[in-house]
Amino acid sequence: MAKILDQARYKCALAAMQTVQSIPGAIPILHSGPGCASKLNDNNGTSGKFSANIFPCTSISEKEVVFGGAEKLRTTIQNALRVIDADLFVVLSGCTGEIIGDDIQSVAEDFQDEVKPVVWTKTPGFKGNNYIGHDWILHGIFEQYVSKFADVPKEKGLVNLFAGVPQQDPYWLGNLRELEKLLQSIGLKTNTIFGFGRGVENLQKIPAAEYTILVSPWAGIESAKYLEKAYGTKLLHYPTLPIGATETSKFLRTVGQFTGADKELVESVIRENEAHFFYYLERYADTILESRIVSKRFTVVSEAQYVISVAKFLVNDMGFFPEKLFVVDDTPENFRGEVEKELKSLNYGIQADVEFSTDGHAIHDQIRQMDFAGTPLIIGSNWEKVLARDVKGHFVNISYPMIEKIVINSHVAGYSGALYLLEEIYTAALAMLKI
Amino acid sequence: MPFNFKNANVGVRENRLGSITGFSGDLETLAYRSECGSLKNRERCFSQSSSCLSGCALDQLIGIRNVAVVYHAPAGCVAMASGESVKFRQIAERINETTNSVYVCTDLNEKDTVFGAIEALRNTVKYTYDKFHPEAIFVSTSCVSGVIGEDVDGLADELNDEYDIPVIPIHCEGFKSRIWASGFDIADHAVLQGLVKPPVKKNNKIIFKNFFESARPEITKLFALLDAEPQFVYCNSTVEELSHLSEAQASVCICGTLGTYLGNALEETYDVPYVRTINPNGITGFETWFRAIGKTIGKEAEVERYIAEQRAIYIPQIEEIKKELKGLRAVIGMGPGYTYEVTRVLQELGLEVVYGLAWHYDYKYDNGQVPPALEHLLKTSPKDMKLSVADQQNYEVLSVLNHYKPDIYFSRHPGTTVWAIKQGYAALFVADEYMIFGYEGTLRFAKSILDTIRNRSFEKNLAARIQLPYTKWWYEQETEKFLKEEGAR
Repeated sequence: MAKILDQARYKCALAAMQTVQSIPGAIPILHSGPGCASKLNDNNGTSGKFSANIFPCTSISEKEVVFGGAEKLRTTIQNALRVIDADLFVVLSGCTGEIIGDDIQSVAEDFQDEVKPVVWTKTPGFKGNNYIGHDWILHGIFEQYVSKFADVPKEKGLVNLFAGVPQQDPYWLGNLRELEKLLQSIGLKTNTIFGFGRGVENLQKIPAAEYTILVSPWAGIESAKYLEKAYGTKLLHYPTLPIGATETSKFLRTVGQFTGADKELVESVIRENEAHFFYYLERYADTILESRIVSKRFTVVSEAQYVISVAKFLVNDMGFFPEKLFVVDDTPENFRGEVEKELKSLNYGIQADVEFSTDGHAIHDQIRQMDFAGTPLIIGSNWEKVLARDVKGHFVNISYPMIEKIVINSHVAGYSGALYLLEEIYTAALAMLKI
Repeated sequence: MPFNFKNANVGVRENRLGSITGFSGDLETLAYRSECGSLKNRERCFSQSSSCLSGCALDQLIGIRNVAVVYHAPAGCVAMASGESVKFRQIAERINETTNSVYVCTDLNEKDTVFGAIEALRNTVKYTYDKFHPEAIFVSTSCVSGVIGEDVDGLADELNDEYDIPVIPIHCEGFKSRIWASGFDIADHAVLQGLVKPPVKKNNKIIFKNFFESARPEITKLFALLDAEPQFVYCNSTVEELSHLSEAQASVCICGTLGTYLGNALEETYDVPYVRTINPNGITGFETWFRAIGKTIGKEAEVERYIAEQRAIYIPQIEEIKKELKGLRAVIGMGPGYTYEVTRVLQELGLEVVYGLAWHYDYKYDNGQVPPALEHLLKTSPKDMKLSVADQQNYEVLSVLNHYKPDIYFSRHPGTTVWAIKQGYAALFVADEYMIFGYEGTLRFAKSILDTIRNRSFEKNLAARIQLPYTKWWYEQETEKFLKEEGAR
């Protein structure tokens, strides 16, 4: 059913074209209106080898709406293969092509014998948002392209690693690299497909992995499960992006146990990282404890990933208290219980209330009424900036949309990511009158 | 052309203005065939993603302070909401105002495509009315709500009667035109249909149609010399101000592509003279435009005095920089208004424009005449100056750059500048519509060109280390490889 989407914090399934864009060498071919890609391309960091205005597009017009667009798609793919220097072409359908019933599968399958692989996924905007579209696209690539390499021998200790949704999560790449480093530190080899130096070759290595680790509350789960089913790659679905000492150490122990990593190594890595982390916390504890206008209470308005991870960090590492938290990524019903559960098991029996909503206005109304027992701390998206100003609170933009801030390769994951997040919070706080 | 504001239908530019998106040739051919009416579009058998008319339409309307757009669409269509919210908040802050204009979306899903969602739309409009108290609500269709045939006009009519504010339907199906500038006309039509009232008493305002009014202080001062007050539209305007557009003493615009519908409609419907000259970019442009305004409102002497004063200050400085710009070869890729306008300015500054790409071409405006900028360009340019019309087809742009190897490329659309520098060419983004406005703007622009070509570090560094997106095969082809014959579909 249609619903009220006020202050959009996600886009449509076709926006997961950015998942394709984040695999070096891969490019989407869009069977969509001429302007879908430019509209959905509203983040920073998108002028890489293939930007939205390089994506081949059938630019559906009235003629195709009336007579069908399959032939237009065929010539677009044909010529894309000649013009674009890519390693993998992923055909994606938008709303109009789906409603008028164009069969993109049969058109794409006619290109099976081309030198360059052509795969397809249906991503009409009305069927789901870009968190879900991301999963569909990965599933499509795994099933149609990765399957060609199903017979590669397993490589001991190799882990496929997936985390935040590329581009939708502003910290997707920094976090992925940090999680990679953490896994490598306990002796695992990692295989990721996104970002610099990865790409189609890493897709080919996916079946060689012993394990898949998905660090995400729900986005990406179906495609990760597919790998388990198709290639027997054992899946660790870890719902919490680890931020800070408590969660990162827990993450390393869980992964260590799951993969049978050397226990002593895991413990020594944790000891060293925690010592390092608390070296900084000790030095900055004065600033943290004696900032006169940072109260103990906070709220988060974000995708499930950051609601869980920021709340756990601030409560379990830093001694803060959560006010009601808001999950705004339209988490599917069947995952909502899991998300809530994560937020009911905080230190000292602290339980966070959580609401799932896409009505930004109603969320802001509730935050205005909250008792922060001092200066509010609001972690969210650009939408919360003006709200924070109105309630004279501190504000950190951690998730989409991010309009007045740029993230190039920073991360919030892990031990070091937590320190970065503290920098963000206390930079915001120090900019306000302290006495 | 008769304007009909009784319903939400406004023809797309292909039908109304004979606009095209595919042409390859030279200036003389384009102009001659426009005049004799024989110009036909050339379709492409390969295209890359470009833009959607909904962006042009809604970006105009949401800039009006304290209005709402209820978008009957899936979530992706409203992706620009956050960016525009920030942009128009910042623009309002510039004049010490606030704006609470909002986008609310119905987030259509699969069931809605089967069963329809007109009642959900009704609820969303009600929610928007109750929560935000906007002064007007625009209810927009999208590809999905258009294809499934939702009766948005009917609902808007009903709600327009029910509420004490205008509820105006607009049609933003992205597939209905390849020319995103059709969206400007859709926005104008909605304002004329739902907000503008017949004149009661004429005032001293000159309507100034622009995008983001960065030169508001300068223009306010300039118009004060003529005892006139600018009424900028649409960003930062209010519903109340727009209701009086019919009472203005004249209207002007910063870009013919942007202004044709509103200007001509106000002139024809309410006798508000539309000053249609070349635009106030560069010296010739500014003087031609300002003199025409002076003439229209009977203030010629004031205009001449200002021109003489400013010339004395700026012309010597501009002449100094021109010495260093002389003979530079440029390629330009912009919307049709700016391609011809900026080409003229570049020629004025002594550059040679070796190739102009326009994202579309209106072979006439809403008054039935050829766009003035093109007519002017015929007088100042070599007849065989290469021109093409390509709806931001980046592969054609890069092919042109590769064949013509200019000293500098000029762009105006987000996401297009980087491709020139990736091929190693200096590029300057003519982002703001006032970047070349008047004498001071022209001087600033000349300095920016000079800065751009004097330090080529960024493009040289980047180009040496990246891979281009196109195959060697493509770079060996003629630019017009994928253009079909005229008239072929």
